[in-house]
Amino acid sequence: MTLDRRTLITGTAATAALGGLPLRPARAQAATIKIGVLNDQSGVYRDISGPTSVACVRQAVQDFGSRGFNVEVVAGDHQNKPDVGSNIARQWLDRDGVDVIVDVPNSAVALAVNGVVRERNKVYLNSTAATADLTGPQCSPNTVHWTYDTWMLARSTGGAMVKAGGDTWYFITADYAFGHALERDTANFVRAQNGRVVGAVRHPLSNTDYSSFLVQAQASRAKVIGLANAGADTINTVKQAAEFGLTRRGTKIAVLLMFINDVHGLGLQAAQGLVCTETFYWDLNDRTRAFTNKVRPHLAGNMPAMSHAGCYSAVLHYLKAAADMGVAQAKASGTEAVARMKAMPTDDDCFGAGSIRADGRKIHPSYLFEVKSPAESKGAWDYYKLLQTTPAEEAFRPLAEGGCPLVRS
Amino acid sequence: MDEIFGIPAPLLFGQLLLGLINGAFYAMLSLGLAVIFGLLNIVNMAHGAQFMMGAFAAWMLLAWGGIGYWWALLLSPLIVGTIGVILEKLFISKLYKLDHLYGLLLTFGLALIIEGVFRNEFGSSGLPYRIPAELSGAWDFGFMFMPVYRGWVVVAALVLCLTTWLLIEKTRLGAYLRAATENAALVQAFGVNVPRMVTLTYGAGVALAAIGGVLAAPIYSVNPQMGSNLIIVVFAVVVIGGMGSILGSILTGFTLGIVEGLTKVFWPEASATVIFVIMAIVLLARPAGLFGRK
Repeated sequence: MTLDRRTLITGTAATAALGGLPLRPARAQAATIKIGVLNDQSGVYRDISGPTSVACVRQAVQDFGSRGFNVEVVAGDHQNKPDVGSNIARQWLDRDGVDVIVDVPNSAVALAVNGVVRERNKVYLNSTAATADLTGPQCSPNTVHWTYDTWMLARSTGGAMVKAGGDTWYFITADYAFGHALERDTANFVRAQNGRVVGAVRHPLSNTDYSSFLVQAQASRAKVIGLANAGADTINTVKQAAEFGLTRRGTKIAVLLMFINDVHGLGLQAAQGLVCTETFYWDLNDRTRAFTNKVRPHLAGNMPAMSHAGCYSAVLHYLKAAADMGVAQAKASGTEAVARMKAMPTDDDCFGAGSIRADGRKIHPSYLFEVKSPAESKGAWDYYKLLQTTPAEEAFRPLAEGGCPLVRS
Repeated sequence: MDEIFGIPAPLLFGQLLLGLINGAFYAMLSLGLAVIFGLLNIVNMAHGAQFMMGAFAAWMLLAWGGIGYWWALLLSPLIVGTIGVILEKLFISKLYKLDHLYGLLLTFGLALIIEGVFRNEFGSSGLPYRIPAELSGAWDFGFMFMPVYRGWVVVAALVLCLTTWLLIEKTRLGAYLRAATENAALVQAFGVNVPRMVTLTYGAGVALAAIGGVLAAPIYSVNPQMGSNLIIVVFAVVVIGGMGSILGSILTGFTLGIVEGLTKVFWPEASATVIFVIMAIVLLARPAGLFGRK
């Protein structure tokens, strides 16, 4: 084989083009932001977090585009165990060079990760964990609580129930950090409006049969049964409440936390008429529809709920802040990165314009939805009609009431 | 109103009834496990996954084929049982000569794979399945509402348990099965095809789990982890009843359902652990279980 000039030129060009690929990360090693999506990939909260959250984070990275630094996304399964979750978080932060941890459903795991991230001065963008303690006594300069929280659910769904005449409550509560926080916040609301809590029962996470609890709730003669649980637990409770004729006897079921994926699992026949609160719904406006159309092909049939939208929106805002302050500095200090995020107004397709408060609470409107009847629904995932919008300033707990040490100082 | 331990008596009876219904599920599932362990010496950790497959088969028949509940009650166990037969032929039959532990690990692995595949395909929030029209509605007892469907579950479970017990303890086929457990070579020498009988027994045990799944579909969330939530409790039931004892697992299933039901009234937080506390006590006092023969 003879080497003529042309082969040599094309060969060199090809080598340069190919060589460019492995070279780029090497050159940009100092300027790679690594995002770890830590959530439930295999259990009860998989559909409201899981692979869909990872896809939404990747969408945020793609939409952010290239601004002189690389972004890498990794994912981990905490199996709803706080020890597993904090171990993954430690390994990511200490060994694998992860800068930001995103999502983390299950309040028990979230509280553990919150501490780990703060110790190492990295960033924690919480979307799916609900406990309002993350912006209350447990608030951290390294954490932003993005999508929703127990206080906001209590105000929106709980408040609407009390207003409609439901002044005596009985709680069916998941027996861990999240359930306790949701029950506490809702009970405070009920009492503040001269309502009464007549009883509560606490069930283990991933319980299957709720008939016993429902019959106890019914015997209490409360007008409203508040469900302070989530995911499959909520689906099972609602299904069995209908079976035991609770709603037919005039008792109201307050599903304090329900995602659109839960409605899908229940089916409209069983879920119709329930009210729930989310801060994002795919069919809310043109921007939410645009986001959904963009991300939907990567979701394997799932639909983004507010938790997934929160992952997208939080990561997008973090990347904007990092670009604004310089990647090196954003990587060096999680506190400064979060401070920069708080200083910048937020804006994205999922939540529109918003802001982040000093205690780490992201502020945006919340929406009270009613689940449509099968006749009202025009197609797949057409599940909600909007009952009421709570403006951003009123949707979340007032800054002064949370007891966050960052605010006092 | 009469009260027992500070709980109104009618409410307590209501709870006993509910406990009995849950016990029906425990009994049905532990029965299948007991049949498989008693006759095949395999600790079938895939039983929960097979229960789940039964429920999913019912959903698929309805959603994809328009086939309703009653046919599902017949077809779903056949389909899932056939899958069980294939699994037995391909994998489990290779392990009969080895220690129990190998069978346990193999079926546990199979369960993880099956659940993973379903989770990938259908997600974790579950699928809707309605109570059949004939069984919807409820009886109003005054002190509580008793859904017709729950009554049906208890009746179906009792019939199923009794039939299985009679089949194994009182018929010629059952006698062959029991004999094959004692001495397979001798039974084979009499011209009975023991390997085929064993395969079919496994299929039948799996079919029992699938029927449980179909019965559970209208009242529990049909999701990939529905079996794994239940199976650990069911294993405890089998251990308490005595590994492999058919009657033991039936009686223990119903009894523990009631015990759990009462715990839900007096100390709900402990309702997930009470069965394991009982298991520990039984193992200390009677290591072979309440109805164990050894």
